[in-house]
Amino acid sequence: MQLTRFTRWGILLGLLVLLFVLNLSLGSVNIPFGDILRILFGETGSNEIYADIIWEFRVTKALTCILAGSALSIGGLQMQTLFRNALAGPDVLGLSSGASLAVSLLIMSQATGISLLSDPSPWAIVMAASIGAGGVFVIVMLISKRLRDNTSLLIIGLMMGAATASVVSVLQFLSKAEDQQAYLLWTFGSLGSLSWVEIEILFLIVITGLLIGTVSVKSLNAWLLGDNYARSIGIKLSQSRLLIILSTAILTGGVTAFCGPIAFVGLAVPHLTKLIIKTHNHRILLPAVTISGAILMLFCDIIAQLPGSSYVLPINAITALIGAPVVIWIVLKAKRVSI
Amino acid sequence: MEKDLVKTCIETLGLTVGYKDNTLFQGLSLNLNAGELVCFMGPNGVGKSTLIRTLAGLQSPLSGQIAYKTSESQNPDDLPRHLAVVLTDRITAGNMTAADVISFGRYPYLNWTAQLSSNDDDILNQVLAKIRIEHLKNKKLHELSDGQVQMVMIARAVVQDTPIILLDEPTAHLDLNNRLEIMDLLKQLAHNSNKAILVSTHELDLAIQTADIIWLAGPDKKITTGIPEDLILDGTFDSIFQFKGFDLKTGRVHHEPHRGVSINLRGMGHEYLWTKNALERNGFIISEHNAAHLVNIDQGDGNLQWTLNGEIKFSSLQRLLQFLESKVH
Repeated sequence: MQLTRFTRWGILLGLLVLLFVLNLSLGSVNIPFGDILRILFGETGSNEIYADIIWEFRVTKALTCILAGSALSIGGLQMQTLFRNALAGPDVLGLSSGASLAVSLLIMSQATGISLLSDPSPWAIVMAASIGAGGVFVIVMLISKRLRDNTSLLIIGLMMGAATASVVSVLQFLSKAEDQQAYLLWTFGSLGSLSWVEIEILFLIVITGLLIGTVSVKSLNAWLLGDNYARSIGIKLSQSRLLIILSTAILTGGVTAFCGPIAFVGLAVPHLTKLIIKTHNHRILLPAVTISGAILMLFCDIIAQLPGSSYVLPINAITALIGAPVVIWIVLKAKRVSI
Repeated sequence: MEKDLVKTCIETLGLTVGYKDNTLFQGLSLNLNAGELVCFMGPNGVGKSTLIRTLAGLQSPLSGQIAYKTSESQNPDDLPRHLAVVLTDRITAGNMTAADVISFGRYPYLNWTAQLSSNDDDILNQVLAKIRIEHLKNKKLHELSDGQVQMVMIARAVVQDTPIILLDEPTAHLDLNNRLEIMDLLKQLAHNSNKAILVSTHELDLAIQTADIIWLAGPDKKITTGIPEDLILDGTFDSIFQFKGFDLKTGRVHHEPHRGVSINLRGMGHEYLWTKNALERNGFIISEHNAAHLVNIDQGDGNLQWTLNGEIKFSSLQRLLQFLESKVH
């Protein structure tokens, strides 16, 4: 398939616009396509309630999809490059496990006798998730200062994930059924519950993470050669590692706080992107993966809301359903996989 | 004295190299000079790679100093513009093209955007032409042979445009032609571009024939330096490698004349040498005295043949050997 660079970018941007509009036009209430366009351009539709549905539910959800998809995918790309491991994802540092632990503590604390909050508000959950992810980040950073190589860092991240997961299951075992359900609902992930204020905050978080990632573009390329070569061409390894981890932590922590732990997107998108845009160069990969992440998340969300029905499936089930075959494909094609 | 004639690029003072609980080299005082190809040899596990990494600033020495004479400042941040390395680390990102990999050599000169200028592209193309690998430019790394990958890695180091290049076993796992090509290239880089080049290698014969200087690492945590011929004649090579049945002074493997049969061989040139080689390898003694057989090498009218005792003619050495062996038994 010989496509020019221009067509490849055209395909990506076209898909993004197409899926954004498609995402807006599908949902439990059937809104005529003409009304959607009119409402988007500031007019009123044939029914007054349509504008509310579009602006307060569908646009916020589509924007959340774009932010979350981009953020997680860039996090995944950075981890795959830093660890030179095709199967790394944004959660390898254990950040989402830390967030899960904090949220489960908040929701299920009644069981342990200390009720932190009688009825956890969305903001309390966001705060708890941020503190959890941030705490793990600080621990990972402290450990990484003592470690020279990335593989040990990867193992530390995975071990932290395993340890927090087991604490969560102990909490689950001790807690009441309704609390368990509240926690379970959070782990399903949710893209549709964000208000405009929350979207603005998430937007700032994601932009900050992306900017830090952009600053690392040279060292990200150099990491592909391995530690020794990267250093021999003038990359300051610990400084660069810190920036890459910081960026990934901000992106993953932010998304996990607002949308819950969303799996597989960050792992799968960098590989899917490299199928279309065949390069190792992060100058090109960063924007391409940002767009592709948004596309895949919009696509997963369309499937999750089961067009034509009033049911909405958990987003995490859909991302795994789409992501798992990709991971299997990566393993099967292992010989040709390249980070 | 001599020192004023050569430009020293790296000078070590009392350099001790290794790991916390394992000192590999102690108190090294070495000079690496511009325009010289230095082959660094020694048994496996002696610490050649560790010394190369230490000289390249990738690992801290245990004690002692490394002075980089090519750099005014001794700021380690400037080192990538003075020293390039070719390591044994495998590049796992196989979908990079050769040009992608080679362009990493320009990174010490680029800002954070890593945007190559047209000047960088020119340097890259010049190096590709100099090393004669233009045809590999747009090939993916996983499409290349081991030898081609090694040429690409050397090109990457040359593109870095540094007065010093350190290479860790660049000829390992390569066939003879590739090994010759790489050593020849390194020699040219040293002599024509006046670079200081240090290569660790196991290729004894190749190193002896191409190196200007040999660094020989022994088991006593020291390194002996000198030109190859001196080190051969004073027995340093023999004492370090403890060759079993190989005589470095003659460049030949020693064969036990187990058959105890002497053969009088008559002939000239290469044909004489290789016939002698074949007979000795099979346990015969070449001697004019008390010879049991006489072998004549005839090269008339372009047909090479061997005549045994003036009677039986053989068209190949294999046939001659088979016949001799059947007679001896």
